[in-house]
Amino acid sequence: MSAENTHPATEDYRSQERPTWCPGCGDFGVLSAVHGALSQLGIPPEKIVAISGIGCSSRFPFFLSTYGIHGLHGRTMPITTGVRAAGHGLHVFTVGGDGDAFAIGGGHLLHAARRNLDITYLIMDNSVYGLTKGQASPTSALGYATKTSPRGTTDIPLNPLLLAMVAGASFVGRAFSGRPKELTRMIVEASRHPGFALIDIFSPCPTFNKVNTFKSYRDEVADLPKDHDPSDLMQAMNRAACESPRYLGVLYRVQRPTFLQQLEHLKTGTEADRPRLLEDLFDEMR
Amino acid sequence: MSRRRILEPECLLAMVQKTLQIRMAGESGEGVLSTGELITRAAARAGYRVLTSKTNPAEIKGGHATFQVCLGPVPLLEAKDELDVLVAFNEEAWQKSGPDLRPGGLLIYDSASFQPPQDPERSQYAVPMTGIARDRLKFGLAKNVVAVGVVAALFDLDREVLCELIEQKFSHKGAEVVARNLEALDAGRDYVREVLPQEALFSVEADRRSPTRMLLNGNQALSLGFLAAGCSFFAGYPITPASDVMEFLAVQLPRIGGVLIQAEDEIASLGMVLGASYTGARAMTATSGPGLSLMVEMLGLASMAEIPCVILDVQRAGPSTGLPTRHEQSDLFLAAVGGHGDSQRLVLAPTSVADCFVQAVNAFNLAERYQVPVLVLSDTVLASRMTDFERPDLANLPRWERLEARPTGPDFERYQITESGISPMSLPGTPFGQYVATGLEHNPRGLPRYDAANHAAMSDKRFRKFSKAALEAPEPFRQGDPDSELGLLTWGSTAGAVASALQELERRGVRLEMLAPRMLWPLPDHQVGEFLERKKRVAVVECNRTGQMATLVASRYNHPFGLGRINVYGGAPFRQAELVQKIEEWCQHVR
Ligand SMILES: Cc1ncc(C[n+]2csc(CCOP(=O)(O)OP(=O)(O)O)c2C)c(N)n1
Ligand code: SF4
Ligand SMILES: [Mg+2]
Repeated sequence: MSAENTHPATEDYRSQERPTWCPGCGDFGVLSAVHGALSQLGIPPEKIVAISGIGCSSRFPFFLSTYGIHGLHGRTMPITTGVRAAGHGLHVFTVGGDGDAFAIGGGHLLHAARRNLDITYLIMDNSVYGLTKGQASPTSALGYATKTSPRGTTDIPLNPLLLAMVAGASFVGRAFSGRPKELTRMIVEASRHPGFALIDIFSPCPTFNKVNTFKSYRDEVADLPKDHDPSDLMQAMNRAACESPRYLGVLYRVQRPTFLQQLEHLKTGTEADRPRLLEDLFDEMR
Repeated sequence: MSRRRILEPECLLAMVQKTLQIRMAGESGEGVLSTGELITRAAARAGYRVLTSKTNPAEIKGGHATFQVCLGPVPLLEAKDELDVLVAFNEEAWQKSGPDLRPGGLLIYDSASFQPPQDPERSQYAVPMTGIARDRLKFGLAKNVVAVGVVAALFDLDREVLCELIEQKFSHKGAEVVARNLEALDAGRDYVREVLPQEALFSVEADRRSPTRMLLNGNQALSLGFLAAGCSFFAGYPITPASDVMEFLAVQLPRIGGVLIQAEDEIASLGMVLGASYTGARAMTATSGPGLSLMVEMLGLASMAEIPCVILDVQRAGPSTGLPTRHEQSDLFLAAVGGHGDSQRLVLAPTSVADCFVQAVNAFNLAERYQVPVLVLSDTVLASRMTDFERPDLANLPRWERLEARPTGPDFERYQITESGISPMSLPGTPFGQYVATGLEHNPRGLPRYDAANHAAMSDKRFRKFSKAALEAPEPFRQGDPDSELGLLTWGSTAGAVASALQELERRGVRLEMLAPRMLWPLPDHQVGEFLERKKRVAVVECNRTGQMATLVASRYNHPFGLGRINVYGGAPFRQAELVQKIEEWCQHVR
């Protein structure tokens, strides 16, 4: 732990708590990518807040030496919004699972994206509910059989990238825990992006998901073509929708006013004006 | 005009009394409410103590609306059941409110709109308001202001004050509109003077001691209180009857560098509040029952992770969507004990409009000092009731801060086990203060731990704060005879109704004492327990069917005879006569 802000080492972002994940869990790769990205960004740990929901992946903040909130299942976006709006000079990012993000938290995600909330949201997408031991998630493949869907799911999977783009996210990427270098780079890029940056990360759950595995992902993924233009929404949507291959990379990126910029724009005074405002209101309310 | 009955001098004499209650009634959207407000403001500036109530139609446009103001020389606790004066803008208004007009009372009606049958018991005074506005002033919209002029002349309200208020109200519409409304005001006044030679037909004593009084409703008093308490962050989702708190703060917070966010729902509202508070902001949300129901899981997180927050619940009637515009006090169970697990939250309930300000300040102070959610239970009556209000002295408001940690080395214990239960809290940005706020049971360092000893120790720590907070409960509202054997417990706006019922009962020789704690959860033993010990018999008076306060009190204290229960639950507060009668019946029953 260091209070100076000269490029801290990866170690500085690691807590003493040992991850609770199963051996081989994709989330380990995401954790080391985050450690790496934070050290590249060089932000002191005490100036970082990592926010998560509930799930295997949401245990994440406990394995960081930063500040954190391990909140409620599905409610990461509201809590993050509050931290972002009221916390000054902090680097804020959010982590969680696919169930947390798209099922119970789906409603909130849309609004965080619309607001262009100034955060990076790392979704560890294993297409299954890990913590509750293997039920289908909103990104599970059609027909995926689990204990609560013994004859296979009947709902088509949701496409996180398309969803984020439609909702107004200004940075949308896809990464794979099996490609840690690219993932680290994308997290750094997303962290520097002003506005809402969502990265859907294929992060396999070898314990409960026998369909989406490191191997299956490796076979399915491909880098975006060199000429991909991330500012072209239609192209981004086309490539996000593509099932074969499933593209990795920054599919979409635009600049538009962020949540914080707009909040600042609304402010016409400071805390020092409070007493005078109150006296004025007292005068008015006669 | 033809059927107008000039007021007889005897009748006028009867009007020289302590308090006077006037109701304006008519089609909503036709300015019933703004007429009432103008008169109320003018009366308050003239030194009257005032207390208003209003009914809104459930529909957005149209429907029957009333605005009522009671005025007198002393602070008013509760509206009267009966009207002294009714201003009826149309026939429906007269039909609906006519029965409330006391014998000897005065009906002023728009004779261009309808003619009531003769009533030998009451004085009737025809004013062709629509006619004057439309034909003489060529400005139909101004008929309400004509009515203001009429009432102003009857009560000799100061013309200058009214002119100033009208200018304030209409200045944004331009000088022309202001001028025409002033003309309407004078037309109403002149009409009264021409047909009624006497001036100041009514005389009610005013209280002229403090000319600096403000005029506020409960939602405004709460909003000001939250601002005075240092609120800098608000997130909410619109809901009747709490929305105007949000609307008010939406204008004010940015002026002091604060933030207001309209969230996507109430779960998000409280989530945002917790996020903001985690960084050190004094943060709050405001809602009504349906929204509070949605917030329950988040409340649990706040108490488990010990994140201060304030939640205002302006209660409305019924479960589910219920009766959105009607009055009930039925969210107490939810506020105090709703939710899973053993959790801590404090519940405050202001007893009057003025108290709304005080409890808003207390709510933030308690939340910050004890790192707990504090719920403020207001209600529909307080929300829209306007009363005169002493200007608060900002310099002397109590300000309690959160206990902040500034660790100087590693291994900081955010949830340190302390005697008071309060653990120093580090704010993001503070070196060595890093921790994860979590709803999982955790050890002093904030790391998830599930062993029995830890859960028990941590629960005890959190409940120590809870018990300690009860010792710092705001002063309760007390009235009546401390030596009486019979006592009444009540809460929220019902306290005013009970207090004024007590005055009536005292006149009839029935002596009682009442207690309305401002902290309802935890129940402060030194207030409620002490009261129960001193009384032979106690009844709990509240506006709900399930006896929520009675149940919570009974769950904590054994009273040898149990508790009596006096309830109404039709969606309206107690009527005075009904409450007096119920209390009398209870007294006879237990004697
Ligand atoms: C309100 C609520 N409902 C249900 C749960 C149980 N629950 C915990 S995690 C979870 C799903 C986790 O799946 P995901 O978000 O994909 O995370 P993963 O474990 O796969 O990383 C569920 C249903 C809960 N904690 N809270
Ligand atoms: S259950 Fe799956 S997601 Fe959870 S830790 Fe194990 S491998 Fe990872
Ligand atoms: Mg998952």
